[in-house]
Amino acid sequence: MESKITNYSVPTEYQSELGKMNILGFWIFIAAEIILFATLFALYGVYHDRIGDGPAGPEVFVIKDVVIQTVLLLTSSFTCGYVITSMRRGNVKGAIVWIAITLLFGLGFLVMEINEFIHYVNAGLAIQTSAFGSSLLTLLGTHGAHVTFGLFWGIILAIQLAQRGITAFTASKVHIWSIYWHFLDVVWIFVFTFVYLGGLM
Amino acid sequence: MKKLKGLILSASLLLAVLFLSGCELIVFDSAGPMAQIITDVINWSLIWIGLIVVVVLALFIVFVWKYRARPDNEDYMPPQEEGNKVIEVIWTLIPIVIVVILLVPTVKSLYALEEVPAEYADQEPLVIHVTSADWKWIFSYPEENIETINYVTIPTERPVIFKLTSAGTMQSFWIPQLAGQKYTMANMETELPIVAEREGEYFGRNTSFNGEGYQEMEFSVEAVSQEDFDAWVEEVHAHAPELTEEEYYEKLQPSHLGRETYVGTHLQWINHAEHGGNANERILNPEAYRGHGYPGKIFHDPAEVPENENENGGGHSGH
Amino acid sequence: MDIKWDQILIIEEPIMFWTFIGLIVSSIGLVAGLTYFKKWGWLWREWLTSTDAKKVGIMYIVLAIVMLVRGGIDALMMKYQTAVPENTFLSSQHFNEVFSAHGTIMIFFMAMPILFGIMNLVVPLQIGARDVAFPKLNLLGFWITTAAAVLYNIAFLVGGSPDAGWTSYFPLAGKEFTPGIGNNYYYVALQISGFGSMIIAINFMVTILKMRAPGMGLFKMPMFTWTTLITCLIMIIAFPIFTIALLAGMLDRVFGSHFFTVADGGLDMMWANLFWLWAHPEVYIVVLPAFGIISEVVATFSKKRLYGYHSMVWAVIVISVFSLLVWVHHFYTMGVGPTVNSVFSITTLAIAVPTGIKLFNWLFTMRKGRIAFEQPMLWALGFIPTFLIGGVTGVMLGMASADFQYHNTLFLVAHFHYTLVGGVVYAVFAAIYYWWPKFFGFKLNHKLGNWHFWLFNVGFNLSFFPLFFLGLDGAARRMYTYSAETGFGPLYMLSFIGTLLIAAGVVFFVINMVYSSLKEKRITDRDVWGTGRTLEWLVPTPVPAYNFAVIPKVEALDEVWHRKETGKALAFDEKEIKDIHMPSHSGLPFYMFVAFFISGFLFVWEFQALAIASLALPFLGMAINSFTSYDEGYYIPAKEVIETERKGGGEQQWKAK
Repeated sequence: MESKITNYSVPTEYQSELGKMNILGFWIFIAAEIILFATLFALYGVYHDRIGDGPAGPEVFVIKDVVIQTVLLLTSSFTCGYVITSMRRGNVKGAIVWIAITLLFGLGFLVMEINEFIHYVNAGLAIQTSAFGSSLLTLLGTHGAHVTFGLFWGIILAIQLAQRGITAFTASKVHIWSIYWHFLDVVWIFVFTFVYLGGLM
Repeated sequence: MKKLKGLILSASLLLAVLFLSGCELIVFDSAGPMAQIITDVINWSLIWIGLIVVVVLALFIVFVWKYRARPDNEDYMPPQEEGNKVIEVIWTLIPIVIVVILLVPTVKSLYALEEVPAEYADQEPLVIHVTSADWKWIFSYPEENIETINYVTIPTERPVIFKLTSAGTMQSFWIPQLAGQKYTMANMETELPIVAEREGEYFGRNTSFNGEGYQEMEFSVEAVSQEDFDAWVEEVHAHAPELTEEEYYEKLQPSHLGRETYVGTHLQWINHAEHGGNANERILNPEAYRGHGYPGKIFHDPAEVPENENENGGGHSGH
Repeated sequence: MDIKWDQILIIEEPIMFWTFIGLIVSSIGLVAGLTYFKKWGWLWREWLTSTDAKKVGIMYIVLAIVMLVRGGIDALMMKYQTAVPENTFLSSQHFNEVFSAHGTIMIFFMAMPILFGIMNLVVPLQIGARDVAFPKLNLLGFWITTAAAVLYNIAFLVGGSPDAGWTSYFPLAGKEFTPGIGNNYYYVALQISGFGSMIIAINFMVTILKMRAPGMGLFKMPMFTWTTLITCLIMIIAFPIFTIALLAGMLDRVFGSHFFTVADGGLDMMWANLFWLWAHPEVYIVVLPAFGIISEVVATFSKKRLYGYHSMVWAVIVISVFSLLVWVHHFYTMGVGPTVNSVFSITTLAIAVPTGIKLFNWLFTMRKGRIAFEQPMLWALGFIPTFLIGGVTGVMLGMASADFQYHNTLFLVAHFHYTLVGGVVYAVFAAIYYWWPKFFGFKLNHKLGNWHFWLFNVGFNLSFFPLFFLGLDGAARRMYTYSAETGFGPLYMLSFIGTLLIAAGVVFFVINMVYSSLKEKRITDRDVWGTGRTLEWLVPTPVPAYNFAVIPKVEALDEVWHRKETGKALAFDEKEIKDIHMPSHSGLPFYMFVAFFISGFLFVWEFQALAIASLALPFLGMAINSFTSYDEGYYIPAKEVIETERKGGGEQQWKAK
């Protein structure tokens, strides 16, 4: 599995049996993640107006910041696509650079999200405030934790690309990470639509 | 094989004994139309279930006996049959038919159980609020202005509507001879209409586990004639003490109480079904439940809740 | 941090104190024994770090049997407590802890691990694979499950046992009503065990989809493999819901959030909904593999092809779909109205139809067969009437209006024990007797097996049949005692006697394992029972590390039977044997066991910041794994393979009898 790529008719990441199985396994994992986030959305749907003595959503949401977050994450998904393109061309350096760019956008998103949380707590909305606060912050927090995990994962893979170059195995690893990163983007689009836009309607 | 026969024999003997004692089972001894509706459904299901069990067990015993390995059939080579479309369709259709036969009366009864039976519909029902708390049952008669604990007196041949709620944990309200169960939940109200046709004392209890005192969370229903009921109301007003707010919150503390009777109901201060829950904070007192295991963090310190916050909690009520 | 050192250990009661002493003494004994016999290295290399699916499977089963004993002792204590009215053997609080532990342990740490173990042993063999798709992940799944089991099991001595039932309903399980840390163990330990289950689900799904031997289409897969595949599918759908429910419950208890609280907008019934959205499918997660086992055993010992194989497969698929649509039947009494209750009555009763199909197919598999009363078949035969009673009482409970009288009574308890014990435990015993010789090279003793079966079977029915009548007579579940006037006494006593017989049966089972290891005749026949049908009977006995010397080409359902019928030799052609690639051992999963245990412990004990920081421990393990995943494994040389093949029944003569 360490052999360099010679056959370009099949995408790099699908060239080893193990790589293929890893990718299938990861898709099944994503299916489970979809149900996980669907449950969180369902909870938020039920709890979004059960605000107890605390503030309601529109009172604390800062849409301008959320839009910037969305742009950052969407852009990172776009640059993540370039990671795969470079990889299929056999361009190690390109792939690493694009991973770095993707992670920077992801980091920007995360910093803004942490700011958002600090803002909520200052505005009197914590997970201890009300069922609304609990479900909102758990949904956002779970997504944010996933992004954090993706950041570290990306760094680890960039190091491995630098060490070992593009092989069928490293390629399948990077491919799996990119599936994960795109998935987080999709989840965020739902968060943006249902939580923020839905909250403003 | 002797063992198998012996087992079947002893099992059927045991069954027979148990079934004979079955006539006295409380669930089959209904004392009013609502419980009778359920008993009828159960009896109907028992007929069909019995039929299924008999048929399947008969097939089972015949097949196991007839096709057992014997020394003289050692060379027998069973046919490797794949299945039979006709037979398989038949044993798909028969269960479907039986399921439909069982479902029709089930659905009918579900709707019937929600309303006072037609023959009593013209009478004005007696409304009783039931509040469950750890570990007692509180019955409030808003019309009669009476509150009782751990027993409830009702008139026979008159519809009674229980409005159920809880001051804390969830309970299940069950008077097997009068009606099936229904949950009592904080911040919510469920309704259970009943009619008692026989006078007598009926056993009722909580069946939903709610902590240390769960087992003793029983009450009794005294079904008496309308005249006796009226006399009871008068007697209570003549002799029973007045319920005070202080006393009421004292009662809500986790404890076991005997039968108690008061004039006045707690509904004048709080209806646990109608609040967003914050009014209940006054009784969400971890201190009283302490004593088991290592103490954890407390998020509802009763000391922080102002004494007079019971008027209105968060404006957002439940369902 | 303000730690109350004197309250950490819960050993005031004599039972607890002596259990504590007993555990310490036996742990010291175990450590001393391993050291004295110099077995530490062997244990570490051959077992704890082994990525061989067969060894992982055996470790799962060992864990499950230990948990069976723990859960069984809980059951005995409960039954002894309720054997006579007004008994004072256990206090109310202690009884509550015991029944909570019994339910949780039996479901999460007995039923699931034992089935995972059997899957690990059997599925790769049945599909003609050398291993599972992800061997290291597989070992990780075992260690995560074990971390959860250890964490849950120390609760009763360290900090206090969960005491809100295995369903752990809010608001009772919330901090307002159970302020001790005991219930934290439930949420944290089960969360961890859920990760282990997800790993199994993904691993076996990929294994079955990607690693089947050439020629084995989906509809040539053995029934047990089919049920495993569908079980994995249900796990992937249902477990994430439980993950979120447990997360929310843990946040409520440890961080003070308001998902299920009484105050500030929480909804206690939301827990019940999420819990049963997972827990009803969970019933099928444990019962479907049991169905698969029974299908294999009945076909093998009737010497017949499984009747209606295709309808069996479709029945499993239909059951899996319906299993996700019936959760409300666990709380018909919530008062959601007749329409909702009617809909869920319909979906619930609909499950009876595919289940009935399965029952009839088993019966017709036996028809015209030649039924051999070997140990596994005995359990399968015991399964059918027991599960029938469990099934029909399930139909009775599914009828919502009737359920208003059965709900939360001993009638319900009797029902689910008839399905879970009658269904799962009987099938598991059948599986152990059936596949045991394949892996260990000897059968379990017939006579001791008979004692095991008859004591267990009679004991089980004696123990649970009376509960139907107690329930109909007004006995609620989970009551720690009752007064003499209720008249419940005699039936409760009968139930206790039955439990003693069950325990005696299990003792015979343990004796049988020990006795047979020492005394039973060794066998090397590949087709141990002589009537084997599926691919596991093609490999040498006991199964070598590499499973198949040559990956077989499959032509038919029941490939081995097919080969015997067509007179083909079952041994592999030695010329085709090449060097076989094997995965390396790994110590990382054991590190993850430690990491998850520490992290879980900190969450349970509510060291909020430290607990969150400790999540870095498992992630560190994942990072190390990523860097070390380039390991090439090792090869077993062809010469060694040929030798093993010759020893392990290679010369067995095949003919269809």
